Amino acid sequence: MVAAEPALNTSPVVSDEIRKTTCYMCACRCGIDVHLRDGKVRYIEGNRDHPVNKGVLCGKGSAGIMQHYSPARLRAPMKRVGPRGSGEFEEISWDEALGLATDWLSAVRKTDPKKLAFFTGRDQSQSLTGLWAMQFGTPNFAAHGGFCSVNMAAGGLYTFGGAFWEFGDPDWDKTKYFMLFGVAEDHASNPIKIGIGKLKSRGVKVVSVNPVRTGYNAVADEWVGVKPGTDGLFVGALIHELFRTRQIDLDYLLRYTNTAWHVIDAPGDADHGLFARGEDGEAMVWTEAGWASAMDPEAKAIPTGGRTLPDGRATRPVFELLAERFLGDDYAPEAVAAECGVAAEDIRRVAAELAHVAFQQEIVIDQPWTDWAGRRQDKMIGRPVSMHAMRGISAHSNGFQTCRMIHVLQILLGSIDCPGGFRYKPPYPKQTPPNLLPHGSLGNIKPEMPLGGPHLGFPHGPEHLLLAEDGGPSRLDKGFSWDAPMSAHGLMHMVINNAAARDPYGVDVLFMYMANMAWNSSMNVPGTIDALTAKDENGEYVIPKIIYSDAYYSETVPYADLILPDTTYLERYDCISLLDRPISEPDHVADAIRHPVVKPDRDVRGFQEVMIDLGARLGFAAFTNADGSPKFPGGYADYIVNHERKPGVGPLSGWRGDGEDFGVGAPNPGQLEKYIENGAFYAHEIAPEHAYFKHANRGYLDWGIKHGLRASPRPTIFQLYSEPLQKFRLAAEGHGERQPPDRTRERIKAFFDPIPFWYPPFEGEMTEGYPLHAITQRPMHMYHSWGSQNAWLRQITAANRLYVHVSVGARIGVEDDDWVWLSSHQGRVKCQVRLMEGVNPDTVWTWNAIGKRRGAWALSDDAPESREGFLLNHLISELLPAGGGGYRYSNSDPITGQAAWFDLRVAIEKADGGGETEPRFEATGNGGLPSAPEKLAYGAEFKEPNT
Amino acid sequence: MTSLPPPAKKKLGLVIDLDICVGCHACATSCKEWNTGGYSAPLSDHDPYGADPSGAWLNRIHSYEIQDDSGGRTVHFPRSCLHCETPDCVTVCPTGASYKRAEDGIVLVNPDTCIGCKLCSWACPYGAREYDYDDGVMKKCTLCVDRIYNENIPEEDRVPACVRACPTGARAFGDLGDPDSAVSQSVAERDGFNLLEEFGYQPVNKYLPPRQAAAPLAGSAVESGAAAVKASDGSAIEQLFAWADRALSR
Repeated sequence: MVAAEPALNTSPVVSDEIRKTTCYMCACRCGIDVHLRDGKVRYIEGNRDHPVNKGVLCGKGSAGIMQHYSPARLRAPMKRVGPRGSGEFEEISWDEALGLATDWLSAVRKTDPKKLAFFTGRDQSQSLTGLWAMQFGTPNFAAHGGFCSVNMAAGGLYTFGGAFWEFGDPDWDKTKYFMLFGVAEDHASNPIKIGIGKLKSRGVKVVSVNPVRTGYNAVADEWVGVKPGTDGLFVGALIHELFRTRQIDLDYLLRYTNTAWHVIDAPGDADHGLFARGEDGEAMVWTEAGWASAMDPEAKAIPTGGRTLPDGRATRPVFELLAERFLGDDYAPEAVAAECGVAAEDIRRVAAELAHVAFQQEIVIDQPWTDWAGRRQDKMIGRPVSMHAMRGISAHSNGFQTCRMIHVLQILLGSIDCPGGFRYKPPYPKQTPPNLLPHGSLGNIKPEMPLGGPHLGFPHGPEHLLLAEDGGPSRLDKGFSWDAPMSAHGLMHMVINNAAARDPYGVDVLFMYMANMAWNSSMNVPGTIDALTAKDENGEYVIPKIIYSDAYYSETVPYADLILPDTTYLERYDCISLLDRPISEPDHVADAIRHPVVKPDRDVRGFQEVMIDLGARLGFAAFTNADGSPKFPGGYADYIVNHERKPGVGPLSGWRGDGEDFGVGAPNPGQLEKYIENGAFYAHEIAPEHAYFKHANRGYLDWGIKHGLRASPRPTIFQLYSEPLQKFRLAAEGHGERQPPDRTRERIKAFFDPIPFWYPPFEGEMTEGYPLHAITQRPMHMYHSWGSQNAWLRQITAANRLYVHVSVGARIGVEDDDWVWLSSHQGRVKCQVRLMEGVNPDTVWTWNAIGKRRGAWALSDDAPESREGFLLNHLISELLPAGGGGYRYSNSDPITGQAAWFDLRVAIEKADGGGETEPRFEATGNGGLPSAPEKLAYGAEFKEPNT
Repeated sequence: MTSLPPPAKKKLGLVIDLDICVGCHACATSCKEWNTGGYSAPLSDHDPYGADPSGAWLNRIHSYEIQDDSGGRTVHFPRSCLHCETPDCVTVCPTGASYKRAEDGIVLVNPDTCIGCKLCSWACPYGAREYDYDDGVMKKCTLCVDRIYNENIPEEDRVPACVRACPTGARAFGDLGDPDSAVSQSVAERDGFNLLEEFGYQPVNKYLPPRQAAAPLAGSAVESGAAAVKASDGSAIEQLFAWADRALSR
């Protein structure tokens, strides 16, 4: 049959309106164009003008429709009516919900503000939530950084005033060699994807250091299948090789780092290991003319040789201490090869490749600039080696020091913020360490009194710890105590268990936002559920009141007493602020908003609107006028425009004042309209002469001060040697007034080494009989637990398998889909395996957060997510096994308190029969959500005649 | 049965670069999202929140490991209709609902005349046709025929949704009948290949194979730095300091 071709309508109407906002399908914050048709979302695509994603959009972002219309969306405020965990709720009005919350919170604030624990999960509005918590006056606030990537942030900020991801990026267009260490695919999503595409197309070598060869690692030119937790050994051996072959950028080190600073060499004395300082307080260097200030641009520092100070104290330069550490036999490639699972010859070759590209293939840009001391430079010289790292480095108990080691490697190659290297994203770099101190010592906590400053910061020594009078922790999570002195993001993973154990004290109200703490965001899920439901001798819950805000019916909702339902990302205002976690790129300072592009069809409110309302109800000075009326009657939008952190500086940097000012300027009532007109973001271009060497670029530093991005005109000097660490160590040795408890002395002496070093992750050292490492990876199409409620994304992955090396499969006699028991010192999980080649043979892994609990996320009780899907969380203890003295530290990095998820050690054995995953938790009630539809035909309503 | 038109000069299709596809599924979900409200609307989903969720997708990604000389790699393989030049899926169609456009070679199903007999899906060796159980008709990649000529969207966006979304730039759209087009050029440069060439359907879409991995630095170059060290005196650390002193005194 020859059929006549139908005449097609090739120009159907797509949408009646396009509204531009910011994605929230993961943490990446890309620009999106939301196409609307009759008030419904027809289509979401990437915003071509946006600095983050430049038009593209990943698998998650492109499935946003199904997240926005998820059947698990909460519908109205709810009050718990059954026991915790039952999921029995009744819907209440916002008036009643906010009245209850106000009653509960004001009672705490009037008596003992520390009895509120306010933790905000994957919050993108921490400058608001932090301000709210400061105004409340509790010391107990943080977001999820402590269980995510604080090692990355702190390791970088203490070392070079920047870090990976939001703080900086590889110079994708110019780099000639790229090393990718253990990265979670959503940190960041589209920028890394765009970048890798560029590198591969240019034929740039991509080296991936990761126990698992999937995703980005799958397209790498070379896969280094390192054993989990041994990246520091591998990097240390690379540094060893660079020193051994004398392929380091000495000139760069002298210009930008503390390599020539002298350190007092007086073991046992109170000033041992501190910088030798002159009368002006500046560190000192040795020159042919004798001692000089390290900040004297004329001084020609000599980085070698011990010296003697005028007062007779001996000193040594940092360069020597660093070289001694890494040239030692401990870091020789042969010495580390077996432990890290990388052959010595490969380590030597990778080191040689790094040096070859850095020094033989340097980039010279004819762009004059002026350095911090006012010296004009003709050119910008680049060492085109770049690196990126995330979770795989940070989620270990040795992550802080390992992260510092990676940065030392970058610095020795001269590749920080140079053409082709790793580039800061403004407002970074900050000072090293950042000049931002934590607040919340118990002595300063008073009823109805705000905190004197932000909760989170960067201690420079023991004097900045937050301690109770007895020297114990001030904070419920034990942040900034001797257990985790530099815990710059807090320890959200310890909050629930500490509150239930009343260690260091109990709380009256636990208030959480957007973190699935009763499931995949907690270690030891059964223990956490026990803590949430524990009762005291009077039959009352040990955590008396729990308020929770989320947009969706997660596993955590059933454990709260009061639910404040949040909106979806398309229904809300948000502010992606330079005061918080900005979206700058190396060539742009940028911030962004979300604004409601569709109206909620439920009785829900954006969490930030609710915080501003509660702030006014509770009478916080920052949220009320003198007459007691609300200061921001227009809610979050009003706050975003009119709040000033200091005069002229507010949440958004663009179109301030009369609409012409950037960074600093009076509030502009038309600011949000400007953002909306511009596609919901603002990007301010960095001038070419400021594009590189920002840490020491006079023009950039002055420009940054003018626009409120930087506080100090001084350059950022890279801290190869970190004096704050040594200050803690001196305290542990008995020096100074603030003394740690005896049980922590050896721990601090051992790990607070001012020069980075590798040590084995704790769990492997403290347990026996668990030969394998176990880690998770993020599927590219899922963000934490959110993806399983998405009808499209769960068709891609609805159940996870445990991936094991073929040799492990052969050893225990299993094939694909066979069931195994995986056990740790904490517990055991039954799951199904899949065999693969591309995994370190000593490592097993699975996809993160696919396993779900029955009752949650509007999934049916027989959904694969709960029947076959499993979590490794059940195997991970929030506490380390008891060490000497019986005290159990949190399962965290001893310096930053970062949750050590990836320290997990396991044993594997074949399980009999098949069946279901174990443990399988009872179904929670579903809070009265209407049942989910049995089929979807989304988009049928948009169909235009085809002819 | 349905006849094919005379071979078209214009052969619109996709070129997919397996070297840089990281398997993120952006092409699959953006395709689903566009097309569930487009020419093929809807792409139904069955049991979407239940035990066995399934639905009609016009593009799916398969990931698998291969072993090669370099020790192996994971390949992410996006799969959709290849818009063959001699497609059996068209010729087996009893109603003429399946057809190949004379103008540009796009293979389409006319949902108004498709009776859902599934002969075409049996004929396609690539598994590129998807029966929509709820809608009762066959669905397939349209190469976003409702985007690529659509005067209601900006000219730069007149590409298939998958190409518009792809974050790594692994997908390109163009006229493979024109040897000078960018897509034809990349196929020529990179030895682009036909999927299951031996079946003889002459797919228009092409795949670019993984590139040869960047060569490791040769052994002699690795050792050159080390050789210089051996010639000097003293321990490694003494040599380093002597080198630093010399370098700085220049």
